[in-house]
Amino acid sequence: MRHVLSVLVENEPGVLSRVAGLFSGRSFNIDSLNVGPTLEKGVSLMTISTHGDEQIIEQIIKQLRKVITVIKVVDLSDAKAVEREMVLIKLNASDSNRAEILRIVDIFRCKVVDVSTDELTLEVTGDQGKINALVNLLQRFGIKEFARTGTVAMRRSMQL
Amino acid sequence: MELTGAQILLESLKQEGVKHIFGFPGGAVIDIYDELPKHQIEHFLVRHEQGAVHAADGYARSTGKVGVCLVTSGPGATNTVTGIATAYMDSIPIVIFTGQVPTALIGNDAFQEVDIVGITRPCTKHNYLVKDVRDLARTIKEAFYIASTGRPGPVLVDLPKDVMQARTEFEYPKTISLRSYNPNYTPNKKQVRKAARLISKAEKPLIYSGGGVISSHAGEIMTRLARRFSFPVTSTLMGLGAFPGNDPLWLGMLGMHGTYAANMAVNNSDVLISIGARFDDRVTGKVSTFAPRARIIHIDIDPTSIRKNVNVHIPIVSDCLNALKALEEELEELEEINWEEKHSSWVKTVKGWREEHPVKYETGETGRIKPQYVMEKIYELTRGEAIICTEVGQNQMWAAQFYKYHSPRTWLSSGGLGTMGYGFPAAIGAQVANPDKLVIDIAGDGSIQMNIQEMATAVCYKLPVKIIILNNSFLGMVRQWQELFYNKNYCATCLDTAPDFVKLAEAYGAEGYLVEKTEDVVPVLTRVFASPKTCIVDVRVEPEENVYPMVPAGASLTEMLLV
Ligand SMILES: Cc1ncc(C[n+]2csc(CCOP(=O)(O)OP(=O)(O)O)c2C)c(N)n1
Ligand SMILES: [Mg+2]
Repeated sequence: MRHVLSVLVENEPGVLSRVAGLFSGRSFNIDSLNVGPTLEKGVSLMTISTHGDEQIIEQIIKQLRKVITVIKVVDLSDAKAVEREMVLIKLNASDSNRAEILRIVDIFRCKVVDVSTDELTLEVTGDQGKINALVNLLQRFGIKEFARTGTVAMRRSMQL
Repeated sequence: MELTGAQILLESLKQEGVKHIFGFPGGAVIDIYDELPKHQIEHFLVRHEQGAVHAADGYARSTGKVGVCLVTSGPGATNTVTGIATAYMDSIPIVIFTGQVPTALIGNDAFQEVDIVGITRPCTKHNYLVKDVRDLARTIKEAFYIASTGRPGPVLVDLPKDVMQARTEFEYPKTISLRSYNPNYTPNKKQVRKAARLISKAEKPLIYSGGGVISSHAGEIMTRLARRFSFPVTSTLMGLGAFPGNDPLWLGMLGMHGTYAANMAVNNSDVLISIGARFDDRVTGKVSTFAPRARIIHIDIDPTSIRKNVNVHIPIVSDCLNALKALEEELEELEEINWEEKHSSWVKTVKGWREEHPVKYETGETGRIKPQYVMEKIYELTRGEAIICTEVGQNQMWAAQFYKYHSPRTWLSSGGLGTMGYGFPAAIGAQVANPDKLVIDIAGDGSIQMNIQEMATAVCYKLPVKIIILNNSFLGMVRQWQELFYNKNYCATCLDTAPDFVKLAEAYGAEGYLVEKTEDVVPVLTRVFASPKTCIVDVRVEPEENVYPMVPAGASLTEMLLV
C-alpha cells in the first residue's frame, strides 16, 4: 500500500543521503521525495511517498526513527491528511488546439504561466489522482517537458 | 586557554577516560601524532588500519568500554571499512577518528582524499565531518555517547587537517542533548506484565539470548532468572558466555551449527523468550518454520529488530538488563508457583535431547588430530577462564561448540559480518585491555593470513597472545559447502601452499610450534599457555573434517545433518 511519511530532520549536510541511502540499502521503495526548510532554523521537512506491505512500512518508519539526525516521523497515509503535488507542464499548443487546452486548464484549475506562439506552460497543483488524470488528457497534445515536485502532505485539523 | 584541534581531541579523549588507542599515522593526522606523546594515552601502532579497528573492537568486546582508533585520510580511512562494518553488524561501541584533507581542499580530489563519511554511512551508527574546530569537543562527546548508548555501534569522526591546527577555547561539554536521539532503556510495564502472565502459563519455556544480553551487562540476571524459574537456555553465536556453558540448563548454541537439543527445544517450546537477539537467518533457518509452536516474547533495545524477520507476540523495547529486572519482579509477584516442578518434565525432555545427540565428533581412523579435540583440550587446560577470539569458518564453529564459555566477554567472534582476519587483531585489543588474562585466537590457516602482519604489533608491545591455527589446508567452511552441496567441486578452497607458520612466528620474534600428533596437543598447549611470549601453534588437523550439526541454508532447524 502507498504511504506518505512526513519526516522532520536536522538539516546537516549528510541528512538527505542518510535517508536516501537507508531506502536503497534496505531495498525500500521511494516513489517521491520532497525536501524543504521549515520555519525552525536548522530543521527540514522531508515528505516521502513510498509503498510496501504493513511489515515493510513498519520497518521503514522504525529505521527512519533510528537515523540519529531524524527528529520525528509521522505516517500521513490515512484519509485524515491533505496531499498535494505541483507540476509544471510545457506542451505544444498550435492555434487549432489552444482553445481546447485552455478549456482543460479551466476545468482542472491550472494556471498558464508561460506562453509562446506554439507552446504553453501550465502550473497545476493537486493530489496524485488529479495530476495523473490531467496528464492523461494532455498527452495527446504532445507534452514537451514535465517537472513534478512529489507529494507534500499535512494532517487535517480535527473535524467536529 | 586556546587549544589546537589536535590538543582538543586528546584532551577530550582523556575526559572520556580513554587510556589506549590503536592507530596508524599519515600526513593528515601528523598534527595529532605530534601532540600524542604529551598525553597519558598509550598508542598501539598496528601494521594495517583494519587491525586497528578490530583491536579497538576486541578491546570493547572484552571490557564493555568504547574502543578507539586513529588513522589517516584516504587509504588509511578506507582500510578501516571492514573493521567498522564488523563492529556495526555486532553492535560494538567504537569510535574511529580519520584524518581528512584540509577543508579548503575537500571535494577537489586532493591527494589522499576520500569521502569516508559517505563511504561509511551505511556501516556506522552515526558519523561526522568536523568542519569547524569550535564543533570539535561537542562532536567527540556526542560520538562517545552515541557509540556506547542504546544499541551500541561504531561512530566515525572525520578530522580535516586544518581543523586539527586551528585554535579555540576548550571546554568539554558536561551534558549532551540530542533531541533526535533518546534510546529507551525502560520497559513498558504492561508489556512486561503480559510477558510474565504468558510465561506463567507456559509449559515449555525457552530463553533464546543474544549479544544484547552481553552489551547490556544482563548475563548475571538472566542466569539468575533461568535458574530460579527453570528455563532452559540457548543462545546465538553472539550471546555465548552470557549464560554459563557448564550449567545444566544450558543447551548450547542454536541455528545453523547449533546443537540438536537447542534446535529441538526451539521447535517444541511454547513460549520463546528472546533477549537481545535479532532472529538472524543463520539462527532461524527457514523463517516460516521457526519456533512454530511458540508465542514469542522479544526484548530488544532496538525497535527495528522487532518484527523485522519474525512476527512476535509480546514486544518489549528496552535495555535487556532493565527488562529482565522488571520481568523478575513480575514473575515473583505472581501467585505461588513451584517453577522447578512445573517445568521439570520439559527440562527432562531437553536434557534427553542433549544426551541423545551431544555435540560430538568421530575419533577417526586416520589418526589425524581432530580439531574438536583441540578445542576440548583448550577448554580443559584453561578451565574456561581464557578470552577466546576466533577467526571465521570451521575454526569459529568448533570454538563455539567445544569450549564452554563461563562468563560474558570471554568470547570474541565476528558474528554478523563473519570477517576472516578479525580474531587476531581483536585478541591484541583484548590483551591490551586484559594484561593478566590468557588471550587465545582460534584461527584457520586461511583467516590468519588476512591480518598476519599484526604479529609485529603483538611482538612489539610484548602482548602474549596465543594463536592456535586449526590448520586443515583448506578454506574449510567453504570446502564443507562444496562437499555437501556442490558435488565436491573444491574450486579455489585448497590452501596447499602455506607459509611455514613456525618460521613465520620466529621471523617476527615470536614462538612457533608445529603439532602433528594427537598426543602432542596437550604438552605443547600446556607449554604455550605458560609462555610469556606471543605464540603461534600450527596444529595440523584432519583436512576434511566437517562441522556438525548443520542445518543447510534455508532449511528448517529440525532438518539437521548430524555426525
Ligand atoms: C574476509 C572474508 N572473505 C571470505 C569469507 C568467506 N569464508 C567464510 S569461511 C571461509 C574459510 C575460512 O578458512 P580458514 O580460515 O582456513 O578456516 P576453516 O574454515 O578452514 O577453519 C571463507 C573463505 C569470509 N568469511 N571473510
Ligand atoms: Mg582452514
